[in-house]
Amino acid sequence: MLHTDARHGGFLIFYRFLTFFLQDLSKIFTILTILFMLFSIAIYKNGNLEPKHLPSSKIMAGWKTWQDKNCQSCHQLFGLGGYLGPDLTNSVTEKGKPYLKVFVQYGTARMPNFKLKEQEADEVIEFLAWVDSSGKSRVPAEAVEWTGNYKLQER
Amino acid sequence: MGFALVMLIATLFFGMLASFSYLNPEFYNQYIPFYQLRPMHVSAALFWIIGGATSCLLFFKKEVSEEGAKRTIAERLFINLWMITVVVIFLFYSFKKFGGREYWEFPPFLCLPLLISWLALMVAWFKAWLKAKDYPLYVWMWTAGICFFLFTFLEQNLYQIPWFRQSFLKEVIVQWKSNGSMVGSWNQIIYGCSLFLMVTLTGEDSIARTKTAYYFFFLSITNMMFNWGHHIYNVPSASWLRDVAYGISMTEWLFFIKMLQSFKEKMDERRKFKHLITYKFLIAAEVWVFFNLTLALLMSIPAINRYTHGTHVTVAHAMGTTIGINTMILMAAMSYILRVDELEIRDKRWVHWGYYISQASLVVFWVSLIIAGFLKGTRQFNFPHITYQELMVPVNYWLRVLSFSGAFLLLGFLLMLKTYFKALRKA
Ligand code: HEC
Ligand code: HEM
Repeated sequence: MLHTDARHGGFLIFYRFLTFFLQDLSKIFTILTILFMLFSIAIYKNGNLEPKHLPSSKIMAGWKTWQDKNCQSCHQLFGLGGYLGPDLTNSVTEKGKPYLKVFVQYGTARMPNFKLKEQEADEVIEFLAWVDSSGKSRVPAEAVEWTGNYKLQER
Repeated sequence: MGFALVMLIATLFFGMLASFSYLNPEFYNQYIPFYQLRPMHVSAALFWIIGGATSCLLFFKKEVSEEGAKRTIAERLFINLWMITVVVIFLFYSFKKFGGREYWEFPPFLCLPLLISWLALMVAWFKAWLKAKDYPLYVWMWTAGICFFLFTFLEQNLYQIPWFRQSFLKEVIVQWKSNGSMVGSWNQIIYGCSLFLMVTLTGEDSIARTKTAYYFFFLSITNMMFNWGHHIYNVPSASWLRDVAYGISMTEWLFFIKMLQSFKEKMDERRKFKHLITYKFLIAAEVWVFFNLTLALLMSIPAINRYTHGTHVTVAHAMGTTIGINTMILMAAMSYILRVDELEIRDKRWVHWGYYISQASLVVFWVSLIIAGFLKGTRQFNFPHITYQELMVPVNYWLRVLSFSGAFLLLGFLLMLKTYFKALRKA
């Protein structure tokens, strides 16, 4: 049978894949996979709304600190992350930068002090401000439609 | 497989510590803070599940393809490189070196050896695949799982390309696109194992060949590909993304209906096999599928998700599925591979006790997370202006219940694993 022959030549292996993909089931599978690839490209290109502005190098530096110190293990952005601390998506609008900076620089009883330098703290706050400018994490009640779906504001 | 089981113990242990540090961060921050415990717990969980699934897969592969018992070079490369990398990852965590992204919280260059290791697994798998005589459904599921894991794993690292980080929304969307589908990919591998076990236990080859079975397979693949948007309903994405996710997620009601329909058959089947440990775990997994599916379906309705997103309800869903479904199926598969059912009654008694303790504590564990989550979710809308500490006061009470039941969960698993390790030494 084929499965013994297939070992001997690249052509037979190719033949085996080919016959496999001509089966009915494989056709469905292949079509789904192609759809998925198209969908993925659409998401990469058009899945999000454009940001108000591109991230500056300061923001990128803050983003890096955010990751290096693993802030996401306790905090959420858009509700995603760990749950020990509060969601920080819109904290800049809600609390203001100076207030947040105190937390970032000194920590609290529950939040560790990361001993960040003044500049690093500023960069993290800039990053948070940039995140804040990309949208609201909490969905307002008016956005819920009768279908149970949301209609979020498109900028 | 031994390594995967050690990961399971590590998961439980770090989970325990993490939940304590939740309740008393002041104390733990001095020694081993939550931002270190959480990655340790979550990565251990991830590596337990993926490592456990692949080690079962490597074993079942031999039964499907009639390969010899000897490990091929590709298999050895996969196993060793994987284990070494995981150990290195834990070393990095212990030195507080992080990558800072959810679930894959280690420095990103460590993804490279994991990738090479996975490619080696794929080589080993497709070699066997070429030799297989035919392709029952579980072979399809394994193949799909392995391939999609590769895709999502690469996608998870796309953020290294600056273009993907020009917008925070793009970053979030692509990250959760890959995370969401990745869960689906290992579920394909694990559900494949469960189907394989069912076929071998009942001796009815036909279960893996019916039209309905294939129909549901394609439904699950479709969900794996397109339903992940329910993780990010609240993110201001293009609205068609939300529509697709909502629509596709709702097709899972079909699974729900099917489960209800087959309830009676299951009960008959249960009477026949309930003495088998392997079967016991499979049934536990089915029951947990039912509960978690109910929760997941509700959470996938945006109007409800509004209250559950970003709360412990999500954690209930994550841990309910990883423990209740994935871990139970893996325990079943491993008990079959290690022939736990053939051990002496004395040894098996530990498994029985552990089984009941863990199931009972998991119920309390799961329910307390859901209550904690709902409290937080509703309180943040009802009292938008109170401080975070005030918000959490009643929630913390339920997190205490969680810790307490988590201790029993740990105990239950330790009792079972005692016997598993004994069987592993024998094998
Ligand atoms: C161990 C968990 C933990 C880690 C890690 C952590 N935080 Fe926090 N953070 C908290 C908690 C808890 C609070 C709430 C204040 C409190 O309860 O003491 C908080 C509060 C804050 C606040 C004030 C928010 C508000 O709305 O009042 C900011 C800003 C903040 N954290 C930023 C950061 C940054 C930046 C990092 C990473 C460098 C970080 N946090 C890491 C636990 C943590
Ligand atoms: C087999 C056993 C377990 C598995 C597979 C597992 C899996 C997971 C997963 C996947 C997460 C991430 C959840 C999310 O981000 O939504 C998580 C988080 C967590 N788990 Fe577990 N878990 C297990 C046992 C335990 C136990 C016994 C405890 C202790 C009571 C525990 C405590 C926690 C805590 C505190 C978190 C962090 C929640 C947060 O993000 O704030 N886990 N676990």
